[in-house]
Amino acid sequence: MSRDGQPMIALSGVNKWFGTFHVLKDIDLEIHAGQRVVVCGPSGSGKSTLIRCINRLEEHDEGQIVVDGITLDEDMRNVAAIRREVGMVFQQFNLFPHLSVLDNCVLAQRRARGTPKAEARERAMHYLERVRIPEQAAKYPAQLSGGQQQRVAIARSLCMEPKVMLFDEPTSALDPEMIKEVLDVMIDLAQSGMTMICVTHEMGFARKVADKMVFMDHGRIVETAPPDRFFAAPASERTQLFLSQILSH
Amino acid sequence: MTGQALSSNASPRQRRRTLALRARLIDIASFVVFVAALGWLVLRGAQGMGYNWQWFRVPRYLWRVIDGQVIWGPLTKGLLVTLQISAIAMVLSLVIGLTVALLRLSPSFVGRGIARVYLEVIRNTPLLVQVLIFYFIIAQILGISRFWAGVLCLAVYEGAFAAEIIRGGIVAVRRGQWEAARALGLRPFDVYRDVVLPQAVPLMLPPLAGVLVNLVKHSAIVSVIAVFDLTTEGRTIVADTFMAFEIWLTVAGLYLLITLTLSLLVLGLERRFGRSRHA
Ligand SMILES: Nc1ncnc2c1ncn2[C@@H]1O[C@H](COP(=O)(O)OP(=O)(O)OP(=O)(O)O)[C@@H](O)[C@H]1O
Ligand SMILES: [Mg+2]
Repeated sequence: MSRDGQPMIALSGVNKWFGTFHVLKDIDLEIHAGQRVVVCGPSGSGKSTLIRCINRLEEHDEGQIVVDGITLDEDMRNVAAIRREVGMVFQQFNLFPHLSVLDNCVLAQRRARGTPKAEARERAMHYLERVRIPEQAAKYPAQLSGGQQQRVAIARSLCMEPKVMLFDEPTSALDPEMIKEVLDVMIDLAQSGMTMICVTHEMGFARKVADKMVFMDHGRIVETAPPDRFFAAPASERTQLFLSQILSH
Repeated sequence: MTGQALSSNASPRQRRRTLALRARLIDIASFVVFVAALGWLVLRGAQGMGYNWQWFRVPRYLWRVIDGQVIWGPLTKGLLVTLQISAIAMVLSLVIGLTVALLRLSPSFVGRGIARVYLEVIRNTPLLVQVLIFYFIIAQILGISRFWAGVLCLAVYEGAFAAEIIRGGIVAVRRGQWEAARALGLRPFDVYRDVVLPQAVPLMLPPLAGVLVNLVKHSAIVSVIAVFDLTTEGRTIVADTFMAFEIWLTVAGLYLLITLTLSLLVLGLERRFGRSRHA
């Protein structure tokens, strides 16, 4: 928890509709600096939508979202300010296919932060080393394996030196043998003190790094608990059912 | 030679290559036969009409050498005007196309509305009528020459087709690319310039080449407002000399020269983009 007690991310009374479909219902959630939150729940329960609201890839319709003291609203300057603080890693990696690995990591530093070229490259190499693939810097995304691509995507986000990292099922598109290399990088990141929100069904990872488990169902946060209690004694029946399904295979 | 290579002990790869080569040879042969047949038909037709071929009189309409100096003939001058019109209109049509495509994709209701009206009006009225409107109405109001009336009309007309192609290329870029770019904090302009367009342009090039070729061909229509382009010059010469066959065939050949060169240029561009993408 941050010392001043002000949460890094605060959602209160957040509601969102896709047309008539009520996808997020009365979401209240506070995340403090340095906390690692794992969000899980059945498919279609609104997990992606929830974290995509935090960096305004989706717009919420009601309620308030405050990130690092900045309130998300129509003002594009606030949106830009929040996006500078919040990095995101996607299920499908979404690396830029026309740019080399290095340029993937350099682009946003140059454009959004105005970092000088040499410094941007240096930082890119620093984070590529951190995700353990500096030797791939000159390659293009299509030449890398899925696990390598996802690690580049993580490095690309870290280059912006965000205060918060959002992960949306970062390992679900990966072959089993590549999941570990990505999770290792994420564990490393968690241990360095990064504030993280991860949508994932990797319960081993959750047990290891999470401070807080969030279970969603039908657009609602059904349960919030520390991982030991969440796994050992979930309060809600729906959580129990979900866990029994996901842990059984 | 092909018979040997097709024998049973040739590797599958060799076989495939030989088959491809054979297909191409058949292709070329049938093309030659087709052109020869067409030429023969024209000649027979002309003979039947008692047409008096005078090819030897054609070159002087392209160029003449007087006292060791080359004087360009009317067809060459017309060709240059056509090239000028086409080149300027091409640049303008791409600018218009990009602008309209972005308007159609913009969140602004007014922007999308304007783009829609432009596209529907331009694509659903005859080009000839548009040329006349440009010349008799818009050019008079703006006080511009017939040359510029022609250029603007062509640019506005082909711009509508370019716009749809450019829009198609842009929306074909995967949603995740936009999201990643935005999530990294890139401004909308940078998202387009650095992420979306570099991926969309290779997709747009082949159909855009078609639009540019059309633009060259459609530029002949400026002859109705008496711009001295290739077609107008051709018509004047035919009226003077009655060498309809020779002059029109020459004019067609000159258009073909421009459009084929253009196609080759675009092909080169495609190759370059294709290579840098997957290098
Ligand atoms: N752009 C959209 N327009 C309409 N409906 C959408 C849109 N995006 C998501 N939805 C719907 O909203 C619901 C929640 O989607 P969301 O992607 O947040 O779920 P999720 O919990 O991340 O599921 P998954 O585990 O499958 O990723 C789903 O039913 C989905 O079909
Ligand atoms: Mg999801």
